[in-house]
Amino acid sequence: MDSVYAALVEIVGQDYVSTRTEELFTYSKDLGTSEPQWPDYVAAPATAEEVSRIVQMANEKNVAVVPLGGGLSLAGLALPLKGGIELDLKRMNQILELNEKGRYVVVEAGTSHGKLTAHLHKHAPHLMHSEPGAPPAATIGGNLAIHGQGDLGHPYGFNSDMVSGMEVVLPTGEVCRFGSCALGNSWYTLHPLPDVSMFMGWSGSTGIITKVSLRLFPCKKIQEQDAFVVEDEELVPDILYELTHVGMAEDMMVVSQEIPPPFNRLHYILINISGDSRKELEFKRQLMFDDRLSKYIQDGTGGIGAGGQEVPRPVVSKTSDWRKGGGFEYVGAIMPVTTYPECYKSGVEISGRHGIPYTTLGRVLGSGHSMMFSWTFAFNRADEETVRHARQALHETDEKVLELGGTLWKPAVFGQKLLMDRMDDGTLQMMQKVKHMLDPNGIMNPGNWEVA
Amino acid sequence: MFELQFDESKCHACVTRDCLTRCQYMDLDAQAAGIEMEKIISGQDSRVLHECRTCYACEEYCPTGNHPFYLIVKRQEELGITPLPDPIIRQGIQVGVPFRGDPEITEINGPVLNMGVFSPLARLAQGKLFEDLTRISTDSRKMHHFFCQLMYLHFARTSVINQRLPGVIETISAYKPTEVVHFHDECYGTYTSYAPAFGIEVPFRSIHLFEHLYNRLTELREEIRPVNYKVAYQRPCSSRLSPDAHAYVDKIFDLIGAEHVSRRYVDENALCCGSTIVSQKQEGSRRFCLELQEENIEDMKQAGAELCIFNCPACMQTMGKQVAENGIMPIWMSDLCRMAIGETPA
Amino acid sequence: MALTQYKYMDIIHRCFRCGYCKFPLDWEDVDNCPSYARHRLESYSNGGRLWLIRAWITGEIPWSEHLADIVYSCVACKNCEEKCPLSFSDDIINMVTAARNLMVDQGLVPPAAKKYLENVQLHGNPWGLGAKKRDQWMADLSLEPYRDQEFLYFVGSEGAYDSRAQSAARALAGVLQKAGVSFGVLGNTETDDGNEAELLGEDGLVEVLAEKNIARFAEHGVKKIITLSPHAYNALKNIYPRHGGEFAVYHYTQVLADLVRAGKLAAPKLAPVKITYHDPCFLGRWNNEYKAPRKVLQSIGGVQLLEMGRNRKSAFCCGGGSGNYYMDLLGGSADSPARIRVRQASATGADVLAVACPNCLSMLEDAVKVEGLESKLMVKDISEIMYGTE
Ligand SMILES: Cc1cc2nc3c(=O)[nH]c(=O)nc-3n(C[C@H](O)[C@H](O)[C@H](O)COP(=O)(O)OP(=O)(O)OC[C@H]3O[C@@H](n4cnc5c(N)ncnc54)[C@H](O)[C@@H]3O)c2cc1C
Ligand code: SF4
Ligand code: SF4
Ligand code: SF4
Ligand code: SF4
Repeated sequence: MDSVYAALVEIVGQDYVSTRTEELFTYSKDLGTSEPQWPDYVAAPATAEEVSRIVQMANEKNVAVVPLGGGLSLAGLALPLKGGIELDLKRMNQILELNEKGRYVVVEAGTSHGKLTAHLHKHAPHLMHSEPGAPPAATIGGNLAIHGQGDLGHPYGFNSDMVSGMEVVLPTGEVCRFGSCALGNSWYTLHPLPDVSMFMGWSGSTGIITKVSLRLFPCKKIQEQDAFVVEDEELVPDILYELTHVGMAEDMMVVSQEIPPPFNRLHYILINISGDSRKELEFKRQLMFDDRLSKYIQDGTGGIGAGGQEVPRPVVSKTSDWRKGGGFEYVGAIMPVTTYPECYKSGVEISGRHGIPYTTLGRVLGSGHSMMFSWTFAFNRADEETVRHARQALHETDEKVLELGGTLWKPAVFGQKLLMDRMDDGTLQMMQKVKHMLDPNGIMNPGNWEVA
Repeated sequence: MFELQFDESKCHACVTRDCLTRCQYMDLDAQAAGIEMEKIISGQDSRVLHECRTCYACEEYCPTGNHPFYLIVKRQEELGITPLPDPIIRQGIQVGVPFRGDPEITEINGPVLNMGVFSPLARLAQGKLFEDLTRISTDSRKMHHFFCQLMYLHFARTSVINQRLPGVIETISAYKPTEVVHFHDECYGTYTSYAPAFGIEVPFRSIHLFEHLYNRLTELREEIRPVNYKVAYQRPCSSRLSPDAHAYVDKIFDLIGAEHVSRRYVDENALCCGSTIVSQKQEGSRRFCLELQEENIEDMKQAGAELCIFNCPACMQTMGKQVAENGIMPIWMSDLCRMAIGETPA
Repeated sequence: MALTQYKYMDIIHRCFRCGYCKFPLDWEDVDNCPSYARHRLESYSNGGRLWLIRAWITGEIPWSEHLADIVYSCVACKNCEEKCPLSFSDDIINMVTAARNLMVDQGLVPPAAKKYLENVQLHGNPWGLGAKKRDQWMADLSLEPYRDQEFLYFVGSEGAYDSRAQSAARALAGVLQKAGVSFGVLGNTETDDGNEAELLGEDGLVEVLAEKNIARFAEHGVKKIITLSPHAYNALKNIYPRHGGEFAVYHYTQVLADLVRAGKLAAPKLAPVKITYHDPCFLGRWNNEYKAPRKVLQSIGGVQLLEMGRNRKSAFCCGGGSGNYYMDLLGGSADSPARIRVRQASATGADVLAVACPNCLSMLEDAVKVEGLESKLMVKDISEIMYGTE
């Protein structure tokens, strides 16, 4: 018997290892346009200790290890570009500690965002974490590994800015902790120790996150969504500036899309607000709509499109079905808010050229310090031609992003190369050193963030 | 294109100018109303074109059946004086664009219930009160083919209505209905008031939902158990286009043993739900809308209403939650009637 | 039938594999699909299965025994249909069943499924026990054969043959007698309902079974049927009309709820007892009946009804659907669905886990034993509780 297989069986148990075609096929694909990449093994460990043993063994046998959470990042980031072991981390899904007064929660990294939200809803309804708009099966670890952002992006920034502690299995197998937990203290803060946590944003190529302490924030009783609509994209940055000035929103996104028709060529500034009372909500609305935005309303260039809507769990995956085709992928980039008009226009242009109804979205991060802007391209999984178009549109958009002075977020290998081509030499070398130091045998998600 | 049949001579002969003097949102005496009406008729700017809240009420107030509100809307469009900001108008116009294929039409040759643009509410139309009707527009992907378009009266766009309505009429007619009960007041108003006013031909006979409910309840009289609730009714704007049908509200309440509480904002004095006022361009519209709603609900409360009866989905959507938060249960008219005959509300 | 004739080719690629379908309604965790909960590999998730089916149909991967196991390990619990946000969601199980149709057609089903279907075909029950033994469950009960009584009591294969389920079948007969319900039974002339045969992809067999039963019903002029099993309920109510069956079908909990309400059936009074109720998929998600069983339980004196977190539309399946109570493709692990389910039941602090399905009854009772919970948790069918079976 294959010795890697035997070792995996020994570590995680027969049920959770496979080298059969069916599993290898399943893990060879993600939801986006990436070409399939076949792993040689699939394993689903349940503990950090198992992860550590697997990684050590992989170093000995020199096989690649690719961590996988929800597998929802869409850019082929968790596909085994060089074969090896695909590590499905979703069995590591325990919620280990909920500290209400300290406002943090410690979870295993394979815990889904949906599960955490449900858990808080039940056990600490006045607390919330920043949940990404991804399907709820997205994992906490996977999201941090790509610097995700969620529905508290406007007040608090990236999700990776909301970490109070972390445990990581290094590519060589050591288990490290970062933050107060490294001292054996509770998991309440990541700072102020020297910063050696080099895992977020690395797409799993520097280590496997196994535990995370996430900051929790007040969750008010009533959550509602208002929409402010404009037709002229040039107005969007100014309006966002007004809104971020009052800082009353929790999440702010600007959506424009060709389908369904009411969204076509209009910009919906979706504003999530919350309050413990109607009075609080109304106070926030007055500041936003009556004080800051009334000039747009009165001159007829902007209007309240909807008020007090319930905030549903986003079902963005419906986007995948607009062409009755089961697929989409997007370029996400972190952009200056002022580039909104250009971003939008390029989305309409590129989509149009590829015969794809355009879908763009900008999510405000921090007080307008940046926005995550996404250009989504739907395709029909059963029609290779449309997949090719989407792939091409993604590449063109990647290049457009750089032209606009943007920074690609969770780029696929194609985009990673574009970024590294432009990066300062010093920075690039530092990245290379970090990677070599942590992963001397180059086994961790190889192919990603590899400095040429 | 279709032209509004508006008889200026009626206005010239009119003494009371009820249309504008009774307007709840503007304070005009008969003389001032005459002057403004004259401006509107002659196509000049008038404060009315800016201050109108588009509540439809003047259509009902005018004692001669002249169409002051339709005229106001037409002039607003001609003069580019829109009550709502441009993007909201664009959004509204795009809402009505069908984009998911055509409906499959089969001839029915019997009475139908037209769900209009509210297919998702088809569940409301069930049980004995509806058993003799075939529902049309039940597929929400196709419902915009049945959209009566009258909403655009709030958007200063009679042109859009006139352009799209004939196609909608054609769609409904293709079912060969013997008569059409309209789920929504607005559809009924379209086919019985707006279309005739603009000379748009409607080949089918329209029946108001309330008339239908009343007739069915009368047939099922034996099965009625009085509901014994004190109820307020939120009258929708489009009901102003069919004051005759509005009379069924009290008749239905009589039949099912609901006590219609006596309050200030009832019947001709009803207040708009505010669904478009909230977005209007006039300064302070958002606050104004909230205060309007608060006043309306406070009035229901004062009158001791336990339930607030809705017929219009837009009113329900706009006010339902707030009504509930004030301890008054929002409920559909159809559900109330169904409860009276022992059925469970949808 | 060639693979190219796969019925859902125009929609199967639409699954995005986004995984909403793994959750219960409250998003508690990704583990509400029994087959995924058991294996925790994406290939066993609903999305994974649909992608594999498509890959098989398009020739991307060949058939294998393992593929057949994966395809047959969906227990048709409908959790995924409840949760998938896309418009094709109503067809998810149909897509799986259609793949099984092809496998049956080409003789490529897992051995256990093959045996199941063969047994049903030859003997009218999944265990291959003699058809003549079908009436033994009622040997010592004086039940009337159906003539022209108000109801036919359709006992189904599990109630007739499975020793644990027989107790429920007998209890139900007793309760109905106690309430003075006019009913009769078919005894040996009843045959398997075909619900599982349909889900296992053996359409031809379903037709034979349906026609056989329908003919028997017609012979006697049956108008109203009470079923013990929700699976039979589903078959008679939703499959038989396609084969010309016309009659009113009730699950027994519906009938009991009515009898209690009408004051015709006095519920027993028990010493204070905590009961939690497990919604069978074919009563709950398949037929939207969540109330009747609870009403019956609540009518019993001394009962405190405790809900598991996963209840009603979010109920976690016992893992026995789609023939798996016999084939057991999800067995053999602490994460076997039935074991997970009894742990959930036990966590409520209940003394009794009440079920309304003979499959759930035997699945869950076995699981209680394996989990070593016998001293804490008893599994009982509602019929047994109502009858007072010890
Ligand atoms: C419809 C849709 C909407 C989305 N919206 C958002 C959004 O609003 N915000 C947002 O941030 N994202 C969004 N995403 C992107 C993505 O789904 C999320 O970021 C998600 O949280 C990624 O987590 P995952 O578990 O699916 O990661 P995976 O895709 O499994 O993995 C992502 C990367 O991290 C690595 N990795 C996974 N787990 C670990 C670990 N424990 N340790 C180290 N490396 C690991 C993988 O190798 C891979 O490189 C969206 C995706 C979709 C499909
Ligand atoms: S519209 Fe009617 S009420 Fe108004 S002035 Fe003319 S006739 Fe009089
Ligand atoms: S529609 Fe209403 S607000 Fe406008 S003028 Fe007529 S009565 Fe006044
Ligand atoms: S069945 Fe629906 S919810 Fe499940 S993975 Fe496919 S698209 Fe997503
Ligand atoms: S029916 Fe149940 S077992 Fe089958 S895929 Fe859906 S959730 Fe899983």
